[in-house]
Amino acid sequence: MTSALGKDLLGLEPLSSEQILLILDTAEPFKEISERAIKKVPALRGQTIVNLFFESSTRTRISFEFAEKRLSADTVNVAASGSSVLKGETLVDTARNLEAMRIDMVVMRHGASGAAQFLAERIESNVINAGDGTHEHPTQGLLDLLTLRDHFGDLKGRRVCICGDVLHSRVARSNIWGLQKLGVEVAVCGPRSLLPNAIEEFGVRVIPRIEEAIEWADALNVLRLQLERMTAGYIPSSREYNRVFGVTRERLERAPRDILIMHPGPMNRGVEIDSDVADGPHSVILNQVTNGIAVRMAVLYLLSGGRPELAEAAKGGTGRRGGAEMTEAA
Amino acid sequence: MPARTTEQKTVLSAHAVERTLKRMANEIVELNDGTADLIIVGIQRRGVQLAGRLVNLIEESEGVEVPQGSLDITLYRDDLQTIGPRPVVGPTSLQWGIEGMNVVIVDDVLYTGRTVRAALDELADFGRPARIALAVLVDRGGRELPIHADIVGKRVLIEPGDRVDVMVDDLDGRTAVVIVPAAGEDEP
Repeated sequence: MTSALGKDLLGLEPLSSEQILLILDTAEPFKEISERAIKKVPALRGQTIVNLFFESSTRTRISFEFAEKRLSADTVNVAASGSSVLKGETLVDTARNLEAMRIDMVVMRHGASGAAQFLAERIESNVINAGDGTHEHPTQGLLDLLTLRDHFGDLKGRRVCICGDVLHSRVARSNIWGLQKLGVEVAVCGPRSLLPNAIEEFGVRVIPRIEEAIEWADALNVLRLQLERMTAGYIPSSREYNRVFGVTRERLERAPRDILIMHPGPMNRGVEIDSDVADGPHSVILNQVTNGIAVRMAVLYLLSGGRPELAEAAKGGTGRRGGAEMTEAA
Repeated sequence: MPARTTEQKTVLSAHAVERTLKRMANEIVELNDGTADLIIVGIQRRGVQLAGRLVNLIEESEGVEVPQGSLDITLYRDDLQTIGPRPVVGPTSLQWGIEGMNVVIVDDVLYTGRTVRAALDELADFGRPARIALAVLVDRGGRELPIHADIVGKRVLIEPGDRVDVMVDDLDGRTAVVIVPAAGEDEP
């Protein structure tokens, strides 16, 4: 028997709606732990987790680290700049060496799509994808879902528009798959040069103008415009982008209903989103950050549990009664 | 040797549970010399239901408001890897605070003592109560840790494989305490 999520969390595409809801439901009580004076529970005591970040990331790494520490796991951070990767070591060799140090989980960010799966197939430790190339960023997708559910309750029939650079965005892919599994209608809005050619095959609507997106959606998930895209010729300039696709207060004031504004961060204020929108009453951007820790705690917890064969091996085969939902207390 | 019965046996009816809870409520007030600084904390899930009933009974008899909290000990269990693939974590709520309070932990069944051990660990993360007492509706013996209850509704002595099911109206549609023999578990 493995955990309800299987061995690894590589993306939202392979998960069922039940598995996604299990993660969101488990994240709910974890929110309360971050409100306590002592923000710590012993659930993962004795487990060792390596945060293997081959790409720089501040907020995702810190969020994972908080989640791990609040569950009492021991954590080690490895950044590519400080590892043997620079000396030519392969990803698998790095991971195998870490595994030989008896780690339990790897949280990995990597610039190549599929890197997390590649690693997961080769090591026994649980692997959590913290973003792989332009493929998926599942925990970001989950925290977005949790934030939406906090506001709307049941998400079925709601409308979410993902705005901006969908072409290069792993957040967009995780969002599209996760939202659709929970019955949300999804649209994308952005310059055609920043939308994948076959985006309609994802089952999403394409809305060409940001004004129409605001009119249609219950929530906008505004993606960061990576500034290097401008020099690569995807868009004329950041000023032009803001003029045509920027989420501004003036545009939001014309929305026919209350609309939630989300952003995975870091934001380019004055480019894809204006400051008075980012800090305004419609913004749930900081709620997303708070929910990120709860969702990551839930994922770490669920991947760690439900593996009695490990416990039996550790105890030398002595049986013990278990069951989280026991009628009878122990 | 005669064969063990496989029939379920009701050891407390709804009426008997109510009568038992009334006695336990009185004992809680006596044990704490009144209701000053008293907080009743139920362990999820049926302990919370029983704690609610005890709070109501104390409030009716003493005419004062008694704070109530709830504890979910799932994250403090010592067997995360052995529990099922879908561990369910419930809410913990101690909004009144426990610093300097007389805390009474309430649970439905006391068995190995591991749940209570986890509850004590969790309480310690919320502050330092003046005193902690334990009240259980059923003590079935079989302790694996040196833990005992201060207030017991009913003591039963049963085989280790047998189960004690405590049912409460809100969760189960009826109130009763039933012993389910191990051999009878598969029966409809």
